[in-house]
Amino acid sequence: MARPSLFGLLLIAPALAMIGVLFLYPLGFSLASAFTGPDGAPSLESFRKAYELYSTDILFTLFIVIVSTALTGLFSIAIAGILTLSETPWLVAVLRSLYRWPLFIPFIVAAQCMRTFLAKNGLMNNTFVALGLMEPIQATSLLDWRGIIVTFVWKQVPFVTLMLAGAMASIDRATVEAGRNLGASRLRVLIELVLPQVAQTLLVGLVLSFVTMLSVLSVPMMVAGSQPTMLTVDMAFRINSYGDYATANALGVISYVIAGTVAWIYLRHNVKREVQA
Amino acid sequence: MSGTGLSPAAGGYSEKRPGRADAGRPPAASKAAAGVWALGSTLLKVVALALFAFLLFGPLANLVLWSVAERWYAPFKLPVSYGLKYWEVVFRPTGDAMASLATSVGIACLTVVVALAVSVPAGYALARLRLPWRTALMILFLLPQAFPSVAIYINVARVFYGLGLTGTIPGVVLVHAAHGLVYSVWIAAAAFAAVDRDLELAARNIGASPLRTFFTITLPLAAPGIMASAIFVFLESLDEFTGTFFVGVPQVTTLPLLLYNASMGGNYQIASITALILLVPSVLFMIVIERFLKADVLSKVGQ
Repeated sequence: MARPSLFGLLLIAPALAMIGVLFLYPLGFSLASAFTGPDGAPSLESFRKAYELYSTDILFTLFIVIVSTALTGLFSIAIAGILTLSETPWLVAVLRSLYRWPLFIPFIVAAQCMRTFLAKNGLMNNTFVALGLMEPIQATSLLDWRGIIVTFVWKQVPFVTLMLAGAMASIDRATVEAGRNLGASRLRVLIELVLPQVAQTLLVGLVLSFVTMLSVLSVPMMVAGSQPTMLTVDMAFRINSYGDYATANALGVISYVIAGTVAWIYLRHNVKREVQA
Repeated sequence: MSGTGLSPAAGGYSEKRPGRADAGRPPAASKAAAGVWALGSTLLKVVALALFAFLLFGPLANLVLWSVAERWYAPFKLPVSYGLKYWEVVFRPTGDAMASLATSVGIACLTVVVALAVSVPAGYALARLRLPWRTALMILFLLPQAFPSVAIYINVARVFYGLGLTGTIPGVVLVHAAHGLVYSVWIAAAAFAAVDRDLELAARNIGASPLRTFFTITLPLAAPGIMASAIFVFLESLDEFTGTFFVGVPQVTTLPLLLYNASMGGNYQIASITALILLVPSVLFMIVIERFLKADVLSKVGQ
């Protein structure tokens, strides 16, 4: 039983081969290109150039992705918490039928929706003006960093909520009932009893969201065309306008480092959990 | 970890108990106040839900408005004239949209076939058989999603160019399948892990071969989860913009690419109608997904 199964390795081989050819090989290619100078010798020249031209965009990307992930986590916990713990049946029923809508909406469709919704003359401002909540003069376009965050959160909350609500539904109700019977508020039951039991699922959802948002090209291109912008747009620009693979790949390596840090946090958490188990 | 967090918390609850018992059963004198409180709380919930619904559906409503707006410019809050002129343009048999739709759906179907062909065996192996460095292998499938795909795709495009795969359907299918592999492998592994091992053992006990056990017990029981993973892969492929943007152009135009070109060209009607077409499968699948993706499978995803 303890020895590794050769049959298992055989079954997984085609999938591994696919990852190798379509991911690991291009990844090696991009690393090599990023660390090679114009003369073919190893060099950090393209990183110097990437830093000089795009240091603001690196910080901007980090800011957008971190804020969006944090907001996604907060909203997901709130919605999943209401779905699991609320004692108002109609609220749960309506919320359950509502929250999932953006789940499978493609990023590019979300971007197109927000491009019109968040504009100065978009439906959002128009509705607020029509309801008397806002003067027409106060209407501003949100098509900048705020638009990107709104789009990301709008798109990712249902995904994380679905995972989280599923995990919350499968935890032992007895602990929740016990907490409630002992007089704990629902917020306290959520934070101290429910969340620790679904932390793993929440972490998986947020890690997936983080890296997804880091990779999206369409949203920053369509929702906010202005500077500063996200690294994905800069990479596409370096390739399409200059054919400058070295700088684009250096920017790619910087994104890898950001994604790798998150993966590392996830792995460390996983290892800790396995040691405890 | 949760065990140490629980004990002090449990102590805290018992101290608060009398307070809650009072709040739960108000004396007759404050019944009216409780009624007002309940009404206020309900009103708050309704307002919060309405705002939530507006933020959820507002962007989609704006999309629908644009798709039927023949003329709409500032400062008008609603379209100046409505009509289906642009729908006719999109659905014209000779139009780009219908061709792009066919390309998109064809690519998505092929992607599902390719992804499932490699991920069903892989998912089974990860869930049931002993593999060295199992966690590392799981992470390996996450990597194409975990790594910023733009950086990978520009290099895939470069490699594919040498192989003559740039601008071809097989090239785009391969890129989409690799991208969707994390969903198909992780969900397939979770689906197989959720199948009750005793049922397999029972089948083996009454003399079924391992292969027969797999095809008559394990696979049918895991099928809803695998179906869900297929749906994820299909939608990922339909949604996929970045890979097609670098590998498919200029020969392969999928719906997302058409949408992008229309939107950046300022043709919001065509962009919105294309977006609505892309929404149809998304909404349909959202309705059926709950049937396929059960809580017991969800709780095993990524483990």
